[in-house]
Amino acid sequence: MSRATREAYRDGLLSALDRHPELICLDSDTGLFGADHVAAAGDQYLNLGIAEHNLMGIAAGMAACGRIPFVNTMAAFATSRALEAIKIDIAYNRLPVRIMATHGGLAAGHLGPTHQALEDLAVLRVLPGMTVVVPADAAATEAFVEQSLNLAGPLYVRLGRKPTPELPAAPPPIIGQAQTLRQGGDVVLVSCGPYPVLACLAAADMLAEQGIEATVLNMHTLRPFDTETLVAAARPATLVVTLEEHWRSGGLGGAVAEALAERAPIRVLRLGMPDQFVDEVGNQEHLVAHYDLTAERVVRTVRTTLDAAARSGMADRETVTV
Amino acid sequence: MTVTPLLERDTLDSVAARIRSHVVDMCAGPEGGHLGGAFSCADVLTALYFSVLNVDPDRPDDPERDRFLLSKGHAAVGLYATLAERGFFPVGELAGYGRPGSRLMGHPVRAVPGVELPTGSLGHGLALGCGFALAARYAGRASRTFVLLGDGELQEGSVWEAAIAAASLRLDRLIAVVDRNGLQLTGATEGIAPMEPLAERWRSFGWAVRDVDGHDPARLAEHLGAAPWEPGKPSVLIARTVKGQGLPFLAGRSASHYVTLSPRNHARAINALRATETAG
Repeated sequence: MSRATREAYRDGLLSALDRHPELICLDSDTGLFGADHVAAAGDQYLNLGIAEHNLMGIAAGMAACGRIPFVNTMAAFATSRALEAIKIDIAYNRLPVRIMATHGGLAAGHLGPTHQALEDLAVLRVLPGMTVVVPADAAATEAFVEQSLNLAGPLYVRLGRKPTPELPAAPPPIIGQAQTLRQGGDVVLVSCGPYPVLACLAAADMLAEQGIEATVLNMHTLRPFDTETLVAAARPATLVVTLEEHWRSGGLGGAVAEALAERAPIRVLRLGMPDQFVDEVGNQEHLVAHYDLTAERVVRTVRTTLDAAARSGMADRETVTV
Repeated sequence: MTVTPLLERDTLDSVAARIRSHVVDMCAGPEGGHLGGAFSCADVLTALYFSVLNVDPDRPDDPERDRFLLSKGHAAVGLYATLAERGFFPVGELAGYGRPGSRLMGHPVRAVPGVELPTGSLGHGLALGCGFALAARYAGRASRTFVLLGDGELQEGSVWEAAIAAASLRLDRLIAVVDRNGLQLTGATEGIAPMEPLAERWRSFGWAVRDVDGHDPARLAEHLGAAPWEPGKPSVLIARTVKGQGLPFLAGRSASHYVTLSPRNHARAINALRATETAG
């Protein structure tokens, strides 16, 4: 079964509006809410037009007066175009604005780099007081929408566009707590978002067949970052590999490397989008495969690294022997 | 909460003079300040805080209050002087402006009683004001929102995003004031990015417009007090002002934008203000 995370958000919000009159949905003409949804939301929905700075500013003003705005925009526009309004008007004032950013990562597919967001997590996780989450499927999205009703400060949620596969059944993720999807003592695979998490789960299966046991962490919350769970998972392991639909700098891999460098130094290999703008045409699944954000890449990376370490270890022992 | 009674013309003028005097003192401190733009809007601030705004320094969080945003946040010294005169915090605190240990930063911050939201990066205030006005409408409140913009600030596209939204949303309890002093940091606004006919521009965006002398607090108060001027439309008062108004050696000069007054110029400024007051 597959369902789009952005639709899960929309449906989750619609079901919450009745219970929470303080909620208001502010749209920037994204088209996520069809006529039926708009009618269902009543006066708790407003389409403010194609003006993302204005969208964030109005949301901040309303939040300062006691409202809880959910703003609909695309990740590329939220974090690049409207960043200053997010920084100054929302984050600085610790206002409870929920930035619901669709088309995250490569989800914009063939629409190209103008609509893809491969920097959003890096940009937003440095802002003091922001909560930054990446639900890996529709169920997680619904859980995060519900949990956000009790969250004091601002929230950024990276959503997708088209349906993406559901994760295998697991307890609903909790904002701020890394989700351990599998435990193993040899390597730790850390990821966020639909395709990377599924790829890491598949990679763990493939590694197990080769006698390598992997812990798989769904690090859906990049801020506040669950360093404790990561450190506990990394302590017995020899290698940490991160995988994300994001440029390699500053995102999940960056956060993992920062945390482990300070708390539990270990080799960290960051897999993500290469240092370039997308120049390949195709949908999200095609781009994920084209740029090799795949289970096979994770397995290759782990095997290559562990094999090299083993050779190096043998060489060391031989040296000692000599 | 009761609306502050309209002060007499002479009283408003003397309040404006005290605000300018405080600004001069602050700009003689080690960091200096945005004197020119604070002086040009001092009479607007006086009209708002001493006649128009329904605010109570003893209950700064009253949900029924009117709200004010200094979108041209660099005029913070003017806002601080006004808030102190209005009783939001002691006038004596102004002496700490820009100094370690003070809460009076160079751009308005929420730590200062009476400041609704921080400003300073231009082009933010009008959208925030739309949010205030919209929230008041949803809550069924009659309170009004006032946003003071600089004329150079109008070069920021986000101002016009918000102008479109305010008209589209029919936010007639949102009132903008443009401090039309004609100068920005490096020169004349009309030379850098022409905005005239400014009133026509705002009208074409769906706003009710009045274009008036920005240095007559009593008349400003009458105009602002009467807003909304047209049902269903947001209002914008274009206040024709002079940057550095009141100081002969700085008035009308872009050099007044940011000033650190030497002891000699501080004395000159104080003397000039006294002379104006005496003459008035």
